Amino acid sequence: MKKTIKLIDLDCGHCADKIQRAVQKIDGVTHVEVNFLNQKMILEAPDDKFDSILAEAKLLIKKIEPDVTVKV
Amino acid sequence: MTRKQKRLLLRIIVATILFISGKVFSVQEPIEIGIFLVCYTVVGWDIIWKAITNILHGQVFDENFLMTIATLGALILGEYSEGVAVMLFYQVGEWFQSYAVSKSRKSIASLMDIRPDYANIEQDGKLIQVDPDEVPIGSSIIVKPGERIPLDGTIIKGSSSLDTSALTGESMPREALPGMDVISGCINQTGILTIRTTKEFGESTVAKILDLVENASDKKGKTENFITRFARYYTPAVVFAALVLALLPPLITGQDFGTWVYRALTFLVISCPCALVISIPLSFFGGIGGASKIGVLVKGSNYLESLASAETVVFDKTGTLTKGAFAVSELHPVNVQKERLLELAAYAEDYSTHPISLSIKKAYGKKINSNRISSVQEIPGHGVCAVIDGKSVLAGNAKLMEKENIRYTDSSTIGTVIYLACDRKYLGCIVIEDELKPDAQKAVDLLKDEGIRKTVMLTGDSDAVGKKVANRLGLDQAYTELLPADKVERVEELLAQKSEKGKLLFVGDGINDAPVLARADVGIAMGGLGSDAAIEAADVVLMTDEPSKIASVMKIARKTLRIANQNIIFALGIKFIVLILGAFGYANMWAAVFADVGVSVIAILNAIRAMRVRKFVFVEE
Repeated sequence: MKKTIKLIDLDCGHCADKIQRAVQKIDGVTHVEVNFLNQKMILEAPDDKFDSILAEAKLLIKKIEPDVTVKV
Repeated sequence: MTRKQKRLLLRIIVATILFISGKVFSVQEPIEIGIFLVCYTVVGWDIIWKAITNILHGQVFDENFLMTIATLGALILGEYSEGVAVMLFYQVGEWFQSYAVSKSRKSIASLMDIRPDYANIEQDGKLIQVDPDEVPIGSSIIVKPGERIPLDGTIIKGSSSLDTSALTGESMPREALPGMDVISGCINQTGILTIRTTKEFGESTVAKILDLVENASDKKGKTENFITRFARYYTPAVVFAALVLALLPPLITGQDFGTWVYRALTFLVISCPCALVISIPLSFFGGIGGASKIGVLVKGSNYLESLASAETVVFDKTGTLTKGAFAVSELHPVNVQKERLLELAAYAEDYSTHPISLSIKKAYGKKINSNRISSVQEIPGHGVCAVIDGKSVLAGNAKLMEKENIRYTDSSTIGTVIYLACDRKYLGCIVIEDELKPDAQKAVDLLKDEGIRKTVMLTGDSDAVGKKVANRLGLDQAYTELLPADKVERVEELLAQKSEKGKLLFVGDGINDAPVLARADVGIAMGGLGSDAAIEAADVVLMTDEPSKIASVMKIARKTLRIANQNIIFALGIKFIVLILGAFGYANMWAAVFADVGVSVIAILNAIRAMRVRKFVFVEE
């Protein structure tokens, strides 16, 4: 499954890179692309694990950039 | 402004007032220090808070942490006003960055503001608005003047003119009549239209274009990837250098630690790669946004980079350089008026819907009175024999003239030639050609001005026709009578001939050249308003079908790359100089804060220029 997730208030380029690299490391993620100009993340993962991966990604984002609001 | 930006701005204003009053009124030192500390807390508490939480999460080397160390360090060294000012300026820079980025984000988004919000459908005699996503294929939707067409479909009732400028950058409205196919994203200008939808929203043109543009910045070019990788090493490297600078010289020479720690702190202020990681993607984003403003969709910044170093341009002929529509180009009457020749041809060809017949009728332009035609007989592979006003008229190719034993002059012109005879007497001939697009010549000239070394044409058309078009336009090479597979082979050859860094562009109408579009370094397709195949197969789509836009988008690409390179050199240059000066004690924290946020702001302002593209469009005088 592929889903576009809004990252509201994502303001800096290297934070986007940090988020991308952190989410990439989550077990099961097939592809992730964080774009700070569009303020969004495209997350691709197997259907059955998607929800748990997304939850984990949200936690990671909260850690890296507490200002960012994640909107699915 | 977002809420976050407003709050930060308020804090900056309060802190600035405090800071100035602390400086201006000469109060006793403890009070002054108190004011500065309050000021520092007001403007910088969130940075310190983030630094602490990030360390708890195992994130060091983060800009908040470095800024906190640098400013707290200055305060501890007794440089109160400097420590506060650095934090203040840092926040001003952050605010400005965030504001400028969201501003340009919005202006690019508005360029692509073509998403229809609703569709009107009739239910129980009343119009109701529904989400375009919920309208199934084959429904009737109603589009009122001023509204955006939400879904692709066919007009079943009503006529109007359509504004396609959001899709094509073209300001001339298009006519819309019953039976015509219309595409979503256009704005209905004058009449009420009833449209039968032919596609679901997800499959309709507007959704595809939006998807394409929104994902364009995901395909990063070499420059962007370089910056991302560079940023990963830059910060740790500068921080390490700062550490060495703070410890080594005092330990070796026995000098005062304070001086060297202060110098090290200036390093920390410069350690953020913000100027680069924001301004470089922003330049490309702006370039892609600017291109879409003139009706050119670029699918990624990597293609902008390739366009900037284009060396060979390969054109398909039909539909790219020519209109793919036939038109009468020459009339050669013999002992008869031109008008008479055309009139007889039009009457003889009246029954036919063949493109050639249609072009003759279009050139004739008057209404045909079918009572004047008493019989028409088609002679397959030759032409027609018709009786018009009681006279027998022959219209067809040279074979027809020979078969009927009519003495004619063989036309040496290239193209399709229709010979005419009336009552067995030769009347002359009409030459029909695929018309060149009005800007085809300009397209080739502009590309040469841009420094394209080689222009090539590939066509499945006959050698004579192909060579004629190529010569007229001044193309360097023409390969004719090619099958689709041959085209790939020719492109392979040309790819092998070009220099290593130069790129090969292929321009086609996207109908049967998908393999070539994919093989070329950059595949450019004529969007043909609604041709999905082209939009999907190509890397760059020309929504207006004008080949002259290739030169325009090349100019945009070059400008974008120039801006990106300027920013890299400028930002790294300034940072490097200030680092060196700082190490030798010539740059204070003020210079460092300029090298950080000042440079970042200037680079962002420079990046925004990439969006301005109007002057790159060729306008016919």
